[in-house]
Amino acid sequence: MVLPDSRGHFGPYGGRFVPETLMPALKEIEKAYREAREDPTFQRELKYYLEQYAGRPTPLYFAANLTRHLGGARVYLKREDLNHTGSHKLNNALGQALLARRMGKKRLIAETGAGQHGVATATVAALLGMECEIYMGEEDTRRQALNVFRMELLGARVIPVAAGSCTLKDAVNEALRDWVTNVRTTYYLIGSVVGPHPYPMMVRDFQAVIGEETRQQVLEASGRLPDHLIACVGGGSNAMGLFYPFIQDAGVKMWGAEAAGRGLKTGRHAASLTAGRPGVFQGSYSYIVQDENGQIKPVYSLSAGLDYPGVGPEHSYLKDSGRATYMAITDAEALEAFQLLSRTEGIIPALESAHAVALAMKMAPGLSQEEIIIVNLSGRGDKDVQQVEAVLQEGGENHGC
Amino acid sequence: MGVERISAAFAAREKEGRKALIVYLCAGDPSLEVTAAAVQELAAAGVDIIELGVPFSDPVADGPVIQAASTRALARGTNLRKILDLVKNLRSRVSLPLVLMSYYNPLLQYGLAGLAADLAAAGVDGLIVPDLPLEESAPLREKLEAVKLAAIPLVAPTTPAERLQQIAAAAQGFIYCVSLTGVTGARESLPPGIAAYLARVREATDLPLGVGFGISHPEQARLLAPLCDGIIVGSAVVRALHEGGLPAAVEVVQSLRQAI
Repeated sequence: MVLPDSRGHFGPYGGRFVPETLMPALKEIEKAYREAREDPTFQRELKYYLEQYAGRPTPLYFAANLTRHLGGARVYLKREDLNHTGSHKLNNALGQALLARRMGKKRLIAETGAGQHGVATATVAALLGMECEIYMGEEDTRRQALNVFRMELLGARVIPVAAGSCTLKDAVNEALRDWVTNVRTTYYLIGSVVGPHPYPMMVRDFQAVIGEETRQQVLEASGRLPDHLIACVGGGSNAMGLFYPFIQDAGVKMWGAEAAGRGLKTGRHAASLTAGRPGVFQGSYSYIVQDENGQIKPVYSLSAGLDYPGVGPEHSYLKDSGRATYMAITDAEALEAFQLLSRTEGIIPALESAHAVALAMKMAPGLSQEEIIIVNLSGRGDKDVQQVEAVLQEGGENHGC
Repeated sequence: MGVERISAAFAAREKEGRKALIVYLCAGDPSLEVTAAAVQELAAAGVDIIELGVPFSDPVADGPVIQAASTRALARGTNLRKILDLVKNLRSRVSLPLVLMSYYNPLLQYGLAGLAADLAAAGVDGLIVPDLPLEESAPLREKLEAVKLAAIPLVAPTTPAERLQQIAAAAQGFIYCVSLTGVTGARESLPPGIAAYLARVREATDLPLGVGFGISHPEQARLLAPLCDGIIVGSAVVRALHEGGLPAAVEVVQSLRQAI
């Protein structure tokens, strides 16, 4: 069965829950995307930029030191951190920006949390000569000041959002309001597998290059498919990109690492799948962090890119069907992984990706040396070093909103 | 009750050669007590239908005024259950139609199974859900239809003709015509192309047309009146109530009432 169905549903999840004003635009994007997907010229152009501009394929690196340190399963890292702009976000930004240009749109808007998607969008806007405005929660503009400057340097305008919790979800709200207002001229370049149909499908497809390469690379390296795939999940785009090409391979287990923040019991977390309930939020039906009245609850994670109360609808489907398993990783565990990977492999991971590394650290020692774990190293940690330094000096306090 | 009460409100104004005035209040801002008083006073000032907004944490279709009002209402502990109690209490005091305007998630979490019966029992006449387009609305519409409550859809200037037909075919009570591409909140002028747009909607349905988003001045209302059956005002009244209290809100409503 190919998911989603024609109305964008993954089982009960997904769909389109947006103001009527946007419905025709979503149908227009879906139609344009389906045409582009079948168009060899579009695919050739995307492939050209992925290879020559983004630097793909990214390596699948056998982390020998980490493997030895953990003393169990063999750990490979899919090096999405080596993409131009430093994360997997560019794969999707390139795909959607080429689509926007094909549709005749001249203005891109996007939301960003950690700034990785904002930087990727600003980058493709510069590349393709498009106008670009990025919505970013005010709290995140402070946590990720360097990325704000990077986006401005790339010619984008960064609009700080002071509503609500001043983080990613509020940036999405404001981007949606901009889009409702300027829908005729503007393309909303959503950065994850969230939002209304066709975004969850389209972003997954653009990110699936991660899993397609991984599949080929692991077969070359070890002659067989991996036993475990691990990726961090905020909205869930790097995880869907890695998982999707392996969905039919029943022997490949899939693990998503969500942000447990200070711990699930403290209520200060961002773990929609492990601690939330299904509901409608920002365009689709999926697991969300909410109170008993259906109000979205404030979420928290040390990592700005995971600090989001929703998750892509396909992940909700994979959870319910049992195809993927989702675990929550605390700030402290992620910080430990952040440091361990830096010391053992000389690779500083993004705090988001450190959640996936932390889950591998928990799992690998209990597995046999024959087993293969692939961790999606979705981004590099340069953007996080200042924050981590401050947190380690403070002993972990004062990094909330 | 329900659809009938809404249709009767439009019909009564039509008979007078006038237009319906529909006012949005954010329930619970600044308190449910003030909302109750406002409903009664605004009804006395000539409002024909009142939309009670169910506050939501992430109101993507709303501009800054209603966002802020929602935040204040939520801080006061407002929720759907309390709003239904409010409507129950108001029902013996006011006869005008009361419709709820709510984002979908608070309704979903309340539980669609019990929702329609509870709305009907409280005396609510219809429901407007700004983030529930036609394609996803069947489960809620069926439940509302069973108790004869109006499922009032929104249409937008971007809605194509064929889609207008489909939306209109599933509509009850009236059609909420979003005047512009944008969020709620007062604007200075009327959006360009509004006459042609409303004419397109008119062609698709016999139901009354209510026009909202961006309308705050009596002059705007007067210009729009010939093109529709009702004028919807939200942010301007919510702001007046917040800044000047009930007398200020009544004043805004009276000047709009005179204009249409």
